[in-house]
Amino acid sequence: MTDTARGGLVLPQYRPDPDSHPPLDSPEYRSSALRHPKQPLQYLPQHLTEVTGPLLGHDRCGEHDHDLTAQHDGEPLGERIIVSGRVLDSDGRPVPNTLVEVWQANSAGRYLHQGDRHPAPLDPNFSGTGRCMTDEDGHYRFVTIKPGAYPWRNHDNAWRPAHIHFSLYGRAFTQRLITQMYFPGDPLFYQDPIFNSVRDEAARERMISRFDLDTTVPEWALSYKWDIVLRGPQGTPFEDEEDDD
Amino acid sequence: MRGPLGTTPSQTVGPFFKMPGGIVWADGPEVVADGTPGAITIRGTLLDGAGRPIPDGLVEIWGADEHGRFAHPDDPRGASGRFQGYGRCGTSPEGEFWFRTVKPGPLPTPDGRTEAPHLDVTVLARGMLNRVVTRIYFPEEQDANAADPVLSEVDPARRGTLIARADGHEHRFDIRLQGDDETVFFDV
Repeated sequence: MTDTARGGLVLPQYRPDPDSHPPLDSPEYRSSALRHPKQPLQYLPQHLTEVTGPLLGHDRCGEHDHDLTAQHDGEPLGERIIVSGRVLDSDGRPVPNTLVEVWQANSAGRYLHQGDRHPAPLDPNFSGTGRCMTDEDGHYRFVTIKPGAYPWRNHDNAWRPAHIHFSLYGRAFTQRLITQMYFPGDPLFYQDPIFNSVRDEAARERMISRFDLDTTVPEWALSYKWDIVLRGPQGTPFEDEEDDD
Repeated sequence: MRGPLGTTPSQTVGPFFKMPGGIVWADGPEVVADGTPGAITIRGTLLDGAGRPIPDGLVEIWGADEHGRFAHPDDPRGASGRFQGYGRCGTSPEGEFWFRTVKPGPLPTPDGRTEAPHLDVTVLARGMLNRVVTRIYFPEEQDANAADPVLSEVDPARRGTLIARADGHEHRFDIRLQGDDETVFFDV
């Protein structure tokens, strides 16, 4: 019996998956140099604060928040796409009713942000932010335009592959995830230290969406599918023996 | 299928998350409304390894209500109340963040001990490929802090980095990602 059972307070315990995540110290990504801890991390048991988390967003999602092409009077320039998929935990169970937030550059590779100095045009019909809730089966869906690649100053002639930023909560503090979704076959992957900061190839592949003809809308929009997997509970302590594979 | 699915990797929040209508909500730091009985204000600065403020950071807090309860179905004591103890704050050009919330009550642990009042903290920024996690404890809770099972596992010389300090009517909690007085961060 594990110690989670002794006090009568039985808590879910979220399975770690450290090999899927990038090291905070990634020298190729220059700005990580002064922004990673050098002391070893301290073990934090998963107690009540860690296995609970904010269940929010229902009152934050407006009518057009999931459709980034419908937030202005006119339509944005660029290739209209549908981005959809499911939020799952690592046991493959859907994560229902959870907030999914996105932000991205426009089709020219420019963010609506003061700090973005890339000399590419802003689009008066594109803000580049969206949010939605997953449904009962963990499905989410956005309509947007395909973001452009853009240069940055990490190394000589550095370019970020096209990507959409995603923010997820799941249902527990341990599940919080900020990540980026990429597009299949991007020729810029090889030189991107952020994408390649994930050392495990299979894990890197999990950041790449797939083109999906079935969910395209003929004569209107192409479609990319992307499932997001958050840490899952490893079962109750009483199931440990069966779970031990 | 054998074995769990691999999780989706973390990536940096990047420099542009403060877009209008994006993930930094105007009311993000205000977990409770101004004037809420027992409300506390926590302020701090997020600093890099050169001691410079980080102007493009995102700090989040999560904690129980003042009775140590959560409006959450996975609390085996039962979901209680409506308190959503979550706040998030993009750092200012000076690297500052703030929150108005209530101090959580103490919490029971599965092995029958008691955790001192604390907030869990997520820190994200450009240059950080994953979040780091820390905790805020409270300086006026000396006895509870001394008995806290998490704090007592931390090197006594570094424990102070997890305890806010009183600053007039407010609490101050600076976060140092690296360097002398590096904040204690957790693997959870």
